[in-house]
Parts: sequence; structure tokens; C-alpha cells
Amino acid sequence: MKRRVVVTGIGALTPVGNTIQESWAALCEGKSGIGPLTKFDCAVFETRIAGELKGFDPLRHVNKKELRRYDDFIIYSLAAADLAMEDAGLSTAEKDGQRAGVIIGSAIGGLTTMEKAKENIMAGGPRKMSPFDIPAALANLAAGHVSIRYGLKGPIHCPVAACASGTYGVGDAFRIVREGYADIMVAGGVDAAITPLGVGGFNAMRALSRRNDEPQRASRPFDRDRDGFVMAEGCTLLVLEEMSRALERGARIYAEVAGYGVTSDAFHMAAPPPGHEGASRCMAAALADAAMEPSEVDYVNAHGTSTPLNDTYEIQALRRVFGDAIGRVSISSTKSMTGHMLGAAGAAEAAFCVMAITDGVVPPTINLDHPDDEFSGLDLVPHRSRRREVRAAMTNTFGFGGANAVLIFKRFEE
Amino acid sequence: MTLEEKVIEIIMEQLGVTKEECRPEAAFIDDLGADSLDLVELIMEMEENFGIQISDDELEKIRTIQDVIDFLRSKGVE
Repeated sequence: MKRRVVVTGIGALTPVGNTIQESWAALCEGKSGIGPLTKFDCAVFETRIAGELKGFDPLRHVNKKELRRYDDFIIYSLAAADLAMEDAGLSTAEKDGQRAGVIIGSAIGGLTTMEKAKENIMAGGPRKMSPFDIPAALANLAAGHVSIRYGLKGPIHCPVAACASGTYGVGDAFRIVREGYADIMVAGGVDAAITPLGVGGFNAMRALSRRNDEPQRASRPFDRDRDGFVMAEGCTLLVLEEMSRALERGARIYAEVAGYGVTSDAFHMAAPPPGHEGASRCMAAALADAAMEPSEVDYVNAHGTSTPLNDTYEIQALRRVFGDAIGRVSISSTKSMTGHMLGAAGAAEAAFCVMAITDGVVPPTINLDHPDDEFSGLDLVPHRSRRREVRAAMTNTFGFGGANAVLIFKRFEE
Repeated sequence: MTLEEKVIEIIMEQLGVTKEECRPEAAFIDDLGADSLDLVELIMEMEENFGIQISDDELEKIRTIQDVIDFLRSKGVE
């Protein structure tokens, strides 16, 4: 019999809150975390809005020396790890260090550091490069620093799978615990790429919303007037634990990880194929892994980026997988409120699924004023959250490079 | 500000240590908790502040705070 894996802790930094509790409460109230972009002077950029963290105090999690040397994505990861470990009631994994690990996915890594280093080397030559530039830029150093802080000596990894990175983080950690390679995994995703290269690069792809005058209305998944995603930042980490260990130590159990699916489109560097067959195969794989029927899923946290193609094809894929059950499942995109946290998105949305199950509430898709005709007959939870029983919840993420990942969580029953 | 005071100020900022810890004989690695990367960054900061260059061979000979002060004096920094 397979080992079972449960969620016992969540640490989340999102544009709508600096803890999971704060973030979840904001989502349930339909609050947007999008505003004018303030992290750099963006006057000449086509997009001047973003989902930035608000009121986050890094010095509660790192000292001044660390603050100077670490890229934001590392600092966010250490902060989310502090929150997740505290939430799980674990101070350190010292005793079980070799049976505990960490996986933090990131789409981009330390972009701010790379940009600054390039400026330094152009201005002053190679001697002006800091010995901390490389360790601050490498994407796997988020997991590295968390392992050092908490003595996690088991598996360590950094999936780089664009917008699906965080889902790969949680999903791969789930498999590691289920297969017995570790008993505890701190797992999720991070990104801090609201920088000139990040925004300029996605702008060049025409991927970002340009609704600069109405930041809070810019991310509008499934709406006929959607015009691209809104770049956001953050980190979410979950503590995944083998069930019997969690029960033995009397841990609070949020939910059980039920299934995980990954597929590739093998189609295009950035665009999904019409109908997004890779996405439906991915959802089907996760359902099969969970040994569940679509009718057992009450909530889907959609990838729902607010880009014209993704939203259309994702719904086509959902219809194909859910068949007749599609009418009774609630589907929403919390990116309507958080924006797109890139590598952190999948982990944050996994956490939102867990909260939906725990609280019996489905979060809304805000700004859904005029749903596209092709989305008729669906419960897209427009504008307001709703109470409903959530026995199981699925979260979808589809990354550039054709990287699809789907996770399913279910209510925990012994 | 004397050269000693300036050097200690930079060390405190770079290594996150206290003034009391910064005795002249304090060794960067054994007493102040620095590693080799810390030392490289510290030396870059000295170069920036005092307008000098320190080679890797010279860096290898620097072990304590007094070593830095002596080295800077030998380069004509006051």
C-alpha cells in the first residue's frame, strides 16, 4: 500500500497578503493585489502595473548582511519557509534532517542580481563583480538556503518549468514522500522577476496586460476583454508530511495530497496547441494518480492567466476531461486577484486549493464582467467567493516550453 | 576619522560584527566568522573606499584586521 502524504504547514507571501491566512482572507473578499509598478522606474515600458508584495519586512527573516547579498527570490523563500515551518509546528528538522528535504521551483532565479552584476561589469570590469553574484542568481539557491537554515539533509531540488515550476515543486516532493525517499518535504515555488528584463521580456512577447489606467481590473481571466497576464511576485511553500508521522506528532492536517500529473505539449516554445490536448492529458493523469473520477472534484483553480489563448484552450481541455461533470464543478482563477507569480503561482494556487477544502469556500474570479460566449454553462465563480463543500480540488499550471503540471488535493480522512 | 576607525567601520558593515569584536588582532575567518567569499567582498569594499588595488597574492597574506591596516599604510593610505 502506498504511503499517504498530508499538508501540515503553509507559508505564503503573495500580492494580497504576507501569510496564507491574510492572502486567503483577501481572496475570499475578492480583493485585488495589483497596483502601479514601483520596483523600478518603468516610465518607458508598455506595462506599468504589477502584483508586488506589500509591507513585507525582510529583516524579520534575514539580517542586514544577508539582505545585501541575497536576491529577493532567496529572501522570499527563507521568509516563506519560516512561516511554513512555524505553521507546521516544526522548529527545525535536526533530528530527522536526513529524512527531510526541500524543493523550491523558480522560473527565473535571481534576475535582479544578474542585471546589477551586468551593470557593474560594464562600468568597472570583471573585478567589480561580487563573489556573491553567482550564488545569488542561481535558482536552486532558494532551496539551498532553506536547507541550511533548517538542517534539511535529504532530497533537494529546483524544478525550472516556467509558470509550472511551483506545481512541479509540490508534486515532485509529494512523490518523494509517497515513494519513501523522505518523510517531510518543504516544497513550493518562488519568483521575484518584476525587473526591467522580466517586464521588458514578457512585454516583447506581447504577453502582459497594458491596462495601466485600471490596475485592479487588468487581470480578468475568462473575460472577453482580457488582454494578457499581470506579472506578480511571491513565494509559497507547503510542508508535506508522511501521514503516520504527522498523526504521531499530533500535527494539524490541512488536507491530503491526492494526485499529481505532468505532461508535455511538444508543440511550441510558448503557445499551447489548440484545444490544449497536453493539458487534458495532464488532468487525466492527475485524476488517475488520485484514483478519482472528475465528478469527485468540486473545485478547479484554473491556470487562468487572462491571456486570450490560455483561457480558451484551458476551458476546452477541462470540458474534454470533465465531460458531463463540468456543470457542477466550480472553476476560478485567483490570478484575477494575485496576478501571475510565475514560478510561485502553482504553489500558491495549490495552497488556495487546500484552503478551499479546509474552509468550504471557493474563491472568485474577479473582473469577470463579460464572460466569453465560449465559456457558457460553467460556474466560473464571478466576482464573489461562495460557500460550498469542497471534497477535492484540482490546480492547473501550464508553463512555457509546454510544461504542464496538475495537482489534486482532497479532504483528509484517516 | 582615523584609518583604523574607517577600516573597522567597513568591517562592521560588511561582516555584521560589533565594534568590540574588531580588535586589531582579530582574525577574519577564526574570530569574525568570515569565509573566503566574505573576505573577497571585504577587500573589494576596501579597494572602493581607499582607491587602491589588492592582488590575490596580497589577499592571501591578510588574516587579521591589523594586517589590513598595515597593508593599506604600505600602499600609502593614511
